Amino acid sequence: MSTIVPFGPQHPVLPEPIQLRLALDDERIVSVLPVVGYVHRGLEKLAEQKDFVQDSYLVERVCGICSFMHSMSYCMGIEEMMEITVPERANYLRVVWAELHRIHSHLLALGLLADAFGFENLFMQLWRTRERIMDAMEYTTGGRVMLNACCIGGVRRDINDEQKAFVLNQLKEAEAELKRLIPVMTDDYSVKKRLVGIGILDKAAAYAAGAVGPTARGSGHAMDHRTTGYIAYKNLDFEPVVETSCDSYARTLVRCREVYQSIDLVRQALDKMPDTEIKVAYKGKPCGEVAIRCEQPRGEVLYYLKGNGTDHLDRMRVRTPTFANIPALMTMLNGSQLADVGMIVLSVDPCISCTER
Amino acid sequence: MKLFAMFNDIVRNLFRKPATRNYPYEKRPDFPGTRGRLMIDPTNCIYCGICAKKCPSNAITVTRKPDQSWQFDRFRCIVCAACVEACPKKCLRMAPRTEKYPDEE
Repeated sequence: MSTIVPFGPQHPVLPEPIQLRLALDDERIVSVLPVVGYVHRGLEKLAEQKDFVQDSYLVERVCGICSFMHSMSYCMGIEEMMEITVPERANYLRVVWAELHRIHSHLLALGLLADAFGFENLFMQLWRTRERIMDAMEYTTGGRVMLNACCIGGVRRDINDEQKAFVLNQLKEAEAELKRLIPVMTDDYSVKKRLVGIGILDKAAAYAAGAVGPTARGSGHAMDHRTTGYIAYKNLDFEPVVETSCDSYARTLVRCREVYQSIDLVRQALDKMPDTEIKVAYKGKPCGEVAIRCEQPRGEVLYYLKGNGTDHLDRMRVRTPTFANIPALMTMLNGSQLADVGMIVLSVDPCISCTER
Repeated sequence: MKLFAMFNDIVRNLFRKPATRNYPYEKRPDFPGTRGRLMIDPTNCIYCGICAKKCPSNAITVTRKPDQSWQFDRFRCIVCAACVEACPKKCLRMAPRTEKYPDEE
Protein backbone atom coordinates (compact mmCIF):
# COMPACT_ATOMS: atom_id res chain seq x y z
CA MET A 1 0.00 0.00 0.00
CA SER A 2 1.38 3.40 -0.92
CA THR A 3 1.46 6.57 1.17
CA ILE A 4 0.18 9.82 -0.31
CA VAL A 5 2.41 12.82 0.35
CA PRO A 6 1.17 16.22 -0.82
CA PHE A 7 3.98 18.27 -2.37
CA GLY A 8 2.79 21.87 -2.28
CA PRO A 9 0.80 24.04 -2.89
CA GLN A 10 3.07 25.87 -0.45
CA HIS A 11 6.58 24.50 -0.59
CA PRO A 12 9.97 26.22 -0.21
CA VAL A 13 11.11 25.31 -3.73
CA LEU A 14 7.91 26.42 -5.43
CA PRO A 15 7.63 30.06 -6.42
CA GLU A 16 4.01 29.52 -7.32
CA PRO A 17 1.34 27.20 -5.99
CA ILE A 18 0.85 23.77 -7.52
CA GLN A 19 0.10 20.59 -5.66
CA LEU A 20 1.61 17.26 -6.60
CA ARG A 21 0.02 14.33 -4.82
CA LEU A 22 2.84 11.83 -4.67
CA ALA A 23 2.02 8.20 -4.01
CA LEU A 24 5.10 6.74 -2.33
CA ASP A 25 6.39 3.26 -1.88
CA ASP A 26 8.98 3.86 0.86
CA GLU A 27 10.92 6.79 -0.63
CA ARG A 28 10.17 5.94 -4.25
CA ILE A 29 7.39 7.67 -6.14
CA VAL A 30 4.94 5.31 -7.80
CA SER A 31 2.40 7.78 -9.14
CA VAL A 32 1.80 11.51 -9.34
CA LEU A 33 -1.40 13.50 -9.47
CA PRO A 34 -0.96 17.21 -10.22
CA VAL A 35 -3.61 19.49 -8.76
CA VAL A 36 -3.82 22.93 -10.35
CA GLY A 37 -6.23 25.80 -9.91
CA TYR A 38 -4.81 27.79 -7.02
CA VAL A 39 -4.05 30.89 -9.07
CA HIS A 40 -6.76 30.81 -11.71
CA ARG A 41 -7.72 34.38 -12.57
CA GLY A 42 -10.14 33.99 -15.48
CA LEU A 43 -8.03 35.99 -17.92
CA GLU A 44 -9.50 34.26 -20.96
CA LYS A 45 -13.01 35.31 -20.00
CA LEU A 46 -11.84 38.84 -19.24
CA ALA A 47 -10.23 39.00 -22.68
CA GLU A 48 -13.64 38.48 -24.26
CA GLN A 49 -15.02 41.45 -22.32
CA LYS A 50 -12.25 43.92 -23.12
CA ASP A 51 -11.75 45.15 -26.66
CA PHE A 52 -8.98 43.66 -28.77
CA VAL A 53 -6.57 46.57 -28.27
CA GLN A 54 -6.94 46.46 -24.51
CA ASP A 55 -6.37 42.70 -24.66
CA SER A 56 -2.79 43.30 -25.77
CA TYR A 57 -2.16 44.84 -22.32
CA LEU A 58 -4.18 42.17 -20.61
CA VAL A 59 -2.38 39.15 -22.08
CA GLU A 60 0.90 40.63 -20.94
CA ARG A 61 -0.32 39.99 -17.41
CA VAL A 62 -0.73 36.26 -18.03
CA CYS A 63 2.83 35.79 -16.85
CA GLY A 64 5.31 38.05 -15.15
CA ILE A 65 8.36 36.40 -16.64
CA CYS A 66 7.52 36.03 -20.31
CA SER A 67 5.18 39.03 -20.37
CA PHE A 68 6.50 40.59 -23.58
CA MET A 69 6.29 37.29 -25.44
CA HIS A 70 2.64 36.87 -24.52
CA SER A 71 1.70 40.26 -25.91
CA MET A 72 3.90 39.59 -28.94
CA SER A 73 2.14 36.29 -29.67
CA TYR A 74 -1.24 37.94 -29.26
CA CYS A 75 -0.33 40.86 -31.52
CA MET A 76 1.08 38.47 -34.13
CA GLY A 77 -2.23 36.61 -34.07
CA ILE A 78 -4.31 39.75 -34.50
CA GLU A 79 -1.95 40.98 -37.24
CA GLU A 80 -2.35 37.72 -39.11
CA MET A 81 -6.11 37.92 -38.77
CA MET A 82 -6.28 41.53 -39.98
CA GLU A 83 -3.52 41.06 -42.57
CA ILE A 84 -1.29 43.80 -41.19
CA THR A 85 2.35 43.80 -42.32
CA VAL A 86 4.61 44.83 -39.48
CA PRO A 87 7.57 47.08 -40.42
CA GLU A 88 10.95 45.34 -40.39
CA ARG A 89 12.40 47.48 -37.62
CA ALA A 90 9.52 46.54 -35.33
CA ASN A 91 10.27 42.88 -36.00
CA TYR A 92 13.87 43.35 -34.95
CA LEU A 93 12.85 45.33 -31.86
CA ARG A 94 10.52 42.49 -30.95
CA VAL A 95 13.42 40.06 -31.19
CA VAL A 96 15.54 42.29 -28.94
CA TRP A 97 12.94 42.41 -26.18
CA ALA A 98 11.93 38.78 -26.57
CA GLU A 99 15.54 37.66 -26.21
CA LEU A 100 16.16 39.98 -23.27
CA HIS A 101 13.14 38.32 -21.69
CA ARG A 102 14.59 34.89 -22.40
CA ILE A 103 17.86 35.84 -20.70
CA HIS A 104 16.17 37.16 -17.59
CA SER A 105 13.76 34.24 -17.44
CA HIS A 106 16.56 31.68 -17.71
CA LEU A 107 18.64 33.48 -15.10
CA LEU A 108 15.61 33.49 -12.82
CA ALA A 109 15.07 29.77 -13.37
CA LEU A 110 18.74 28.94 -12.80
CA GLY A 111 18.78 31.11 -9.68
CA LEU A 112 15.70 29.39 -8.28
CA LEU A 113 17.24 26.01 -9.00
CA ALA A 114 20.43 27.06 -7.21
CA ASP A 115 18.33 28.24 -4.28
CA ALA A 116 16.45 24.93 -4.24
CA PHE A 117 19.58 22.84 -3.87
CA GLY A 118 20.86 25.19 -1.20
CA PHE A 119 23.43 27.17 -3.18
CA GLU A 120 22.31 30.59 -1.91
CA ASN A 121 25.46 32.34 -3.06
CA LEU A 122 25.03 31.29 -6.68
CA PHE A 123 21.34 32.18 -6.53
CA MET A 124 22.02 35.74 -5.40
CA GLN A 125 24.84 36.29 -7.88
CA LEU A 126 22.74 35.05 -10.80
CA TRP A 127 19.97 37.41 -9.78
CA ARG A 128 22.41 40.27 -9.50
CA THR A 129 23.33 39.67 -13.12
CA ARG A 130 19.65 39.42 -14.00
CA GLU A 131 19.22 42.93 -12.63
CA ARG A 132 21.36 44.27 -15.49
CA ILE A 133 18.93 42.80 -18.01
CA MET A 134 15.97 44.28 -16.12
CA ASP A 135 17.69 47.69 -16.26
CA ALA A 136 18.20 47.30 -20.00
CA MET A 137 14.49 46.55 -20.39
CA GLU A 138 13.45 49.47 -18.19
CA TYR A 139 15.61 51.94 -20.08
CA THR A 140 14.37 50.81 -23.50
CA THR A 141 10.66 50.33 -22.75
CA GLY A 142 9.84 52.09 -19.50
CA GLY A 143 8.94 48.99 -17.52
CA ARG A 144 11.05 46.41 -15.75
CA VAL A 145 8.65 43.50 -15.92
CA MET A 146 5.58 44.64 -17.82
CA LEU A 147 7.15 46.15 -20.90
CA ASN A 148 3.91 47.05 -22.69
CA ALA A 149 6.12 47.66 -25.70
CA CYS A 150 4.24 45.56 -28.22
CA CYS A 151 1.12 46.81 -29.92
CA ILE A 152 -0.95 45.70 -32.87
CA GLY A 153 0.89 46.83 -35.99
CA GLY A 154 4.36 47.15 -34.51
CA VAL A 155 5.98 48.32 -31.29
CA ARG A 156 5.30 51.38 -29.14
CA ARG A 157 8.86 52.48 -28.50
CA ASP A 158 12.01 52.77 -30.52
CA ILE A 159 15.57 52.16 -29.35
CA ASN A 160 17.86 55.13 -29.96
CA ASP A 161 21.66 55.05 -30.13
CA GLU A 162 22.12 55.93 -26.48
CA GLN A 163 19.79 53.12 -25.38
CA LYS A 164 21.44 50.73 -27.81
CA ALA A 165 24.84 51.50 -26.29
CA PHE A 166 23.41 51.00 -22.81
CA VAL A 167 21.91 47.61 -23.72
CA LEU A 168 25.14 46.45 -25.36
CA ASN A 169 27.15 47.57 -22.35
CA GLN A 170 24.84 45.78 -19.92
CA LEU A 171 25.04 42.64 -22.07
CA LYS A 172 28.83 42.83 -22.10
CA GLU A 173 29.00 43.17 -18.32
CA ALA A 174 26.39 40.44 -17.84
CA GLU A 175 28.27 38.11 -20.16
CA ALA A 176 31.53 38.68 -18.27
CA GLU A 177 29.77 37.89 -14.99
CA LEU A 178 28.06 34.84 -16.44
CA LYS A 179 31.35 33.49 -17.76
CA ARG A 180 32.36 33.16 -14.11
CA LEU A 181 28.99 31.99 -12.74
CA ILE A 182 27.75 29.52 -15.36
CA PRO A 183 30.80 27.22 -14.95
CA VAL A 184 29.88 26.96 -11.27
CA MET A 185 26.40 25.81 -12.30
CA THR A 186 27.74 23.29 -14.80
CA ASP A 187 30.96 22.01 -13.20
CA ASP A 188 30.59 22.21 -9.44
CA TYR A 189 30.82 18.88 -7.63
CA SER A 190 27.82 19.36 -5.35
CA VAL A 191 25.64 20.77 -8.13
CA LYS A 192 26.40 17.76 -10.33
CA LYS A 193 25.63 15.40 -7.46
CA ARG A 194 22.20 17.02 -7.21
CA LEU A 195 21.34 17.09 -10.92
CA VAL A 196 23.10 14.40 -12.95
CA GLY A 197 20.93 11.35 -13.54
CA ILE A 198 17.95 12.89 -11.73
CA GLY A 199 14.57 13.14 -13.42
CA ILE A 200 15.27 11.11 -16.53
CA LEU A 201 12.98 11.86 -19.48
CA ASP A 202 14.22 9.86 -22.45
CA LYS A 203 13.78 10.97 -26.03
CA ALA A 204 10.75 8.82 -26.83
CA ALA A 205 9.03 9.68 -23.54
CA ALA A 206 9.58 13.40 -24.12
CA TYR A 207 7.93 13.10 -27.52
CA ALA A 208 5.08 10.98 -26.18
CA ALA A 209 4.42 13.41 -23.29
CA GLY A 210 4.47 16.37 -25.68
CA ALA A 211 7.28 18.19 -23.90
CA VAL A 212 8.24 21.61 -25.24
CA GLY A 213 11.08 24.06 -24.87
CA PRO A 214 14.20 23.32 -22.81
CA THR A 215 12.52 20.18 -21.45
CA ALA A 216 12.29 18.71 -24.96
CA ARG A 217 15.68 20.07 -26.01
CA GLY A 218 17.29 18.55 -22.92
CA SER A 219 15.98 15.19 -24.12
CA GLY A 220 17.58 15.46 -27.55
CA HIS A 221 14.78 16.97 -29.60
CA ALA A 222 15.88 19.96 -31.67
CA MET A 223 12.46 21.56 -31.21
CA ASP A 224 12.76 25.31 -31.24
CA HIS A 225 9.94 27.25 -32.81
CA ARG A 226 12.29 30.17 -33.53
CA THR A 227 13.86 28.11 -36.29
CA THR A 228 10.65 28.52 -38.31
CA GLY A 229 11.69 32.15 -38.65
CA TYR A 230 8.78 34.18 -37.31
CA ILE A 231 9.31 37.93 -36.76
CA ALA A 232 12.97 38.60 -37.57
CA TYR A 233 14.42 35.23 -36.57
CA LYS A 234 14.67 34.24 -40.24
CA ASN A 235 17.44 36.82 -40.71
CA LEU A 236 19.41 35.88 -37.60
CA ASP A 237 21.98 33.19 -37.28
CA PHE A 238 21.42 30.61 -34.55
CA GLU A 239 21.09 26.88 -33.94
CA PRO A 240 18.74 25.28 -31.41
CA VAL A 241 20.57 24.23 -28.26
CA VAL A 242 20.24 20.47 -27.76
CA GLU A 243 21.53 18.23 -24.99
CA THR A 244 21.17 14.50 -25.03
CA SER A 245 21.68 13.28 -21.47
CA CYS A 246 17.90 13.59 -20.77
CA ASP A 247 18.23 14.45 -17.05
CA SER A 248 17.79 17.59 -14.91
CA TYR A 249 21.41 18.47 -15.63
CA ALA A 250 20.77 18.43 -19.40
CA ARG A 251 17.83 20.79 -19.00
CA THR A 252 19.94 23.11 -16.85
CA LEU A 253 22.72 23.02 -19.44
CA VAL A 254 20.26 23.92 -22.19
CA ARG A 255 19.23 27.01 -20.21
CA CYS A 256 22.85 27.96 -19.50
CA ARG A 257 23.77 27.74 -23.17
CA GLU A 258 20.60 29.51 -24.29
CA VAL A 259 21.52 32.52 -22.17
CA TYR A 260 24.67 32.96 -24.27
CA GLN A 261 22.70 32.30 -27.43
CA SER A 262 20.16 34.97 -26.52
CA ILE A 263 22.89 37.49 -25.72
CA ASP A 264 24.26 36.81 -29.18
CA LEU A 265 20.81 37.15 -30.77
CA VAL A 266 20.20 40.53 -29.10
CA ARG A 267 23.53 41.74 -30.45
CA GLN A 268 22.75 40.46 -33.93
CA ALA A 269 19.29 42.04 -33.90
CA LEU A 270 20.59 45.41 -32.68
CA ASP A 271 23.27 45.28 -35.32
CA LYS A 272 21.08 44.32 -38.27
CA MET A 273 18.14 46.55 -37.36
CA PRO A 274 17.01 48.50 -40.44
CA ASP A 275 15.95 52.12 -40.19
CA THR A 276 12.23 52.02 -40.95
CA GLU A 277 8.96 52.86 -39.27
CA ILE A 278 8.16 51.06 -36.04
CA LYS A 279 4.40 51.00 -36.30
CA VAL A 280 1.75 50.91 -39.00
CA ALA A 281 -1.77 52.22 -38.71
CA TYR A 282 -4.57 49.75 -39.29
CA LYS A 283 -8.24 49.87 -39.96
CA GLY A 284 -11.08 47.54 -39.26
CA LYS A 285 -11.80 44.87 -36.69
CA PRO A 286 -10.44 41.35 -36.39
CA CYS A 287 -12.57 38.75 -38.11
CA GLY A 288 -11.91 35.04 -38.52
CA GLU A 289 -9.85 32.66 -36.45
CA VAL A 290 -6.17 32.09 -36.08
CA ALA A 291 -3.78 29.90 -34.08
CA ILE A 292 -0.30 31.23 -33.55
CA ARG A 293 2.77 29.74 -31.91
CA CYS A 294 5.82 31.39 -30.38
CA GLU A 295 8.90 30.14 -28.60
CA GLN A 296 8.89 31.35 -25.00
CA PRO A 297 11.65 30.78 -22.44
CA ARG A 298 9.81 27.70 -21.21
CA GLY A 299 8.78 26.44 -24.61
CA GLU A 300 6.14 26.86 -27.19
CA VAL A 301 3.04 28.91 -26.45
CA LEU A 302 -0.10 28.57 -28.53
CA TYR A 303 -2.63 31.34 -28.94
CA TYR A 304 -6.00 30.65 -30.47
CA LEU A 305 -7.99 33.78 -31.34
CA LYS A 306 -11.42 34.05 -32.83
CA GLY A 307 -12.76 37.39 -33.93
CA ASN A 308 -16.26 38.21 -35.14
CA GLY A 309 -15.78 41.59 -36.78
CA THR A 310 -16.52 43.58 -33.62
CA ASP A 311 -14.27 45.15 -31.00
CA HIS A 312 -14.55 42.09 -28.80
CA LEU A 313 -13.03 38.70 -29.53
CA ASP A 314 -15.31 35.69 -29.50
CA ARG A 315 -12.68 33.51 -27.89
CA MET A 316 -9.10 33.70 -26.78
CA ARG A 317 -7.36 30.54 -25.70
CA VAL A 318 -3.81 30.31 -24.42
CA ARG A 319 -1.90 27.05 -24.10
CA THR A 320 1.20 27.89 -22.14
CA PRO A 321 4.44 25.83 -22.22
CA THR A 322 4.21 24.72 -18.60
CA PHE A 323 0.80 23.20 -19.30
CA ALA A 324 2.42 21.10 -22.03
CA ASN A 325 5.28 20.16 -19.72
CA ILE A 326 3.17 18.84 -16.85
CA PRO A 327 2.72 15.36 -18.44
CA ALA A 328 6.48 15.28 -19.01
CA LEU A 329 6.99 16.23 -15.37
CA MET A 330 4.79 13.33 -14.29
CA THR A 331 6.85 10.94 -16.43
CA MET A 332 10.05 12.21 -14.82
CA LEU A 333 8.71 11.94 -11.29
CA ASN A 334 7.54 8.34 -11.63
CA GLY A 335 10.19 6.12 -10.11
CA SER A 336 12.33 8.90 -8.67
CA GLN A 337 13.15 9.56 -5.03
CA LEU A 338 11.11 11.87 -2.81
CA ALA A 339 14.19 14.00 -1.99
CA ASP A 340 14.71 14.77 -5.70
CA VAL A 341 11.19 16.07 -6.35
CA GLY A 342 12.18 19.70 -5.80
CA MET A 343 15.04 19.49 -8.29
CA ILE A 344 12.92 17.74 -10.91
CA VAL A 345 10.04 20.19 -10.60
CA LEU A 346 12.36 23.19 -10.94
CA SER A 347 14.27 21.62 -13.82
CA VAL A 348 11.19 22.08 -16.05
CA ASP A 349 10.94 25.70 -14.82
CA PRO A 350 7.23 25.59 -13.97
CA CYS A 351 5.22 28.78 -14.34
CA ILE A 352 1.93 27.97 -12.69
CA SER A 353 0.32 31.39 -13.07
CA CYS A 354 0.87 31.06 -16.81
CA THR A 355 -0.68 27.62 -16.84
CA GLU A 356 -3.84 28.62 -15.01
CA ARG A 357 -4.21 32.07 -16.59
CA MET B 1 33.98 18.13 -11.87
CA LYS B 2 35.38 20.82 -9.65
CA LEU B 3 35.39 21.53 -5.95
CA PHE B 4 35.54 25.20 -4.85
CA ALA B 5 34.32 26.46 -8.26
CA MET B 6 32.82 29.48 -6.52
CA PHE B 7 35.96 30.34 -4.56
CA ASN B 8 37.22 33.11 -6.90
CA ASP B 9 33.90 34.88 -6.77
CA ILE B 10 33.74 34.67 -3.01
CA VAL B 11 37.14 36.38 -2.71
CA ARG B 12 36.12 38.96 -5.29
CA ASN B 13 32.92 39.71 -3.38
CA LEU B 14 34.84 40.34 -0.17
CA PHE B 15 36.60 43.30 -1.72
CA ARG B 16 33.92 45.02 -3.70
CA LYS B 17 31.13 47.34 -2.70
CA PRO B 18 27.66 45.86 -2.23
CA ALA B 19 25.36 45.50 -5.24
CA THR B 20 22.41 46.74 -3.19
CA ARG B 21 21.58 50.26 -2.03
CA ASN B 22 20.82 51.58 1.42
CA TYR B 23 17.25 51.64 0.19
CA PRO B 24 14.89 53.90 2.09
CA TYR B 25 17.61 56.56 2.35
CA GLU B 26 19.11 56.10 -1.07
CA LYS B 27 16.69 55.61 -3.95
CA ARG B 28 17.58 54.58 -7.44
CA PRO B 29 16.62 57.31 -9.90
CA ASP B 30 14.27 56.19 -12.67
CA PHE B 31 15.52 55.95 -16.21
CA PRO B 32 14.29 58.65 -18.57
CA GLY B 33 11.07 57.32 -20.04
CA THR B 34 10.20 55.00 -17.17
CA ARG B 35 6.48 54.67 -16.76
CA GLY B 36 6.08 55.65 -13.13
CA ARG B 37 2.93 57.54 -12.25
CA LEU B 38 0.16 58.99 -14.33
CA MET B 39 -0.10 62.78 -14.01
CA ILE B 40 -2.53 65.22 -15.60
CA ASP B 41 -2.18 68.85 -16.45
CA PRO B 42 -5.85 69.89 -16.24
CA THR B 43 -5.43 73.28 -17.88
CA ASN B 44 -5.47 71.82 -21.39
CA CYS B 45 -7.89 68.95 -20.75
CA ILE B 46 -11.03 69.10 -22.86
CA TYR B 47 -12.71 66.23 -20.97
CA CYS B 48 -13.21 64.24 -24.15
CA GLY B 49 -13.06 60.91 -22.31
CA ILE B 50 -10.82 59.13 -24.84
CA CYS B 51 -8.39 58.19 -22.07
CA ALA B 52 -11.20 56.61 -20.05
CA LYS B 53 -12.31 54.64 -23.11
CA LYS B 54 -8.82 53.38 -23.90
CA CYS B 55 -7.89 52.42 -20.34
CA PRO B 56 -7.74 48.60 -20.08
CA SER B 57 -8.47 48.61 -16.35
CA ASN B 58 -11.21 51.28 -16.20
CA ALA B 59 -9.10 53.40 -13.88
CA ILE B 60 -10.12 56.72 -15.37
CA THR B 61 -13.57 58.33 -15.08
CA VAL B 62 -14.38 61.47 -17.03
CA THR B 63 -17.61 63.39 -16.65
CA ARG B 64 -18.76 66.42 -18.61
CA LYS B 65 -22.15 67.10 -17.03
CA PRO B 66 -23.08 68.64 -14.69
CA ASP B 67 -19.48 69.37 -13.80
CA GLN B 68 -16.38 68.66 -15.80
CA SER B 69 -14.20 66.26 -13.89
CA TRP B 70 -11.33 63.86 -14.53
CA GLN B 71 -10.90 61.19 -11.91
CA PHE B 72 -8.25 58.52 -11.69
CA ASP B 73 -8.14 55.49 -9.40
CA ARG B 74 -4.44 54.99 -8.90
CA PHE B 75 -4.90 51.53 -7.40
CA ARG B 76 -6.55 50.28 -10.57
CA CYS B 77 -3.92 51.78 -12.89
CA ILE B 78 -1.69 49.18 -14.55
CA VAL B 79 0.78 51.85 -15.76
CA CYS B 80 0.51 50.90 -19.42
CA ALA B 81 0.43 54.51 -20.72
CA ALA B 82 -2.36 53.75 -23.20
CA CYS B 83 -4.12 56.93 -22.06
CA VAL B 84 -0.98 59.02 -22.53
CA GLU B 85 -0.73 57.91 -26.15
CA ALA B 86 -4.42 58.47 -26.76
CA CYS B 87 -4.68 61.98 -25.26
CA PRO B 88 -5.42 64.44 -28.10
CA LYS B 89 -4.27 67.46 -26.07
CA LYS B 90 -1.13 65.80 -24.65
CA CYS B 91 -2.06 66.80 -21.13
CA LEU B 92 -1.42 63.35 -19.67
CA ARG B 93 2.11 62.19 -18.96
CA MET B 94 4.01 59.44 -17.18
CA ALA B 95 6.05 60.96 -14.37
CA PRO B 96 8.91 59.24 -12.55
CA ARG B 97 8.02 57.34 -9.41
CA THR B 98 9.72 59.93 -7.22
CA GLU B 99 7.24 62.61 -8.23
CA LYS B 100 4.37 63.11 -5.81
CA TYR B 101 0.68 63.26 -6.62
CA PRO B 102 -0.90 66.67 -5.98
CA ASP B 103 -2.74 65.43 -2.90
CA GLU B 104 0.24 63.57 -1.49
CA GLU B 105 2.29 64.89 1.42
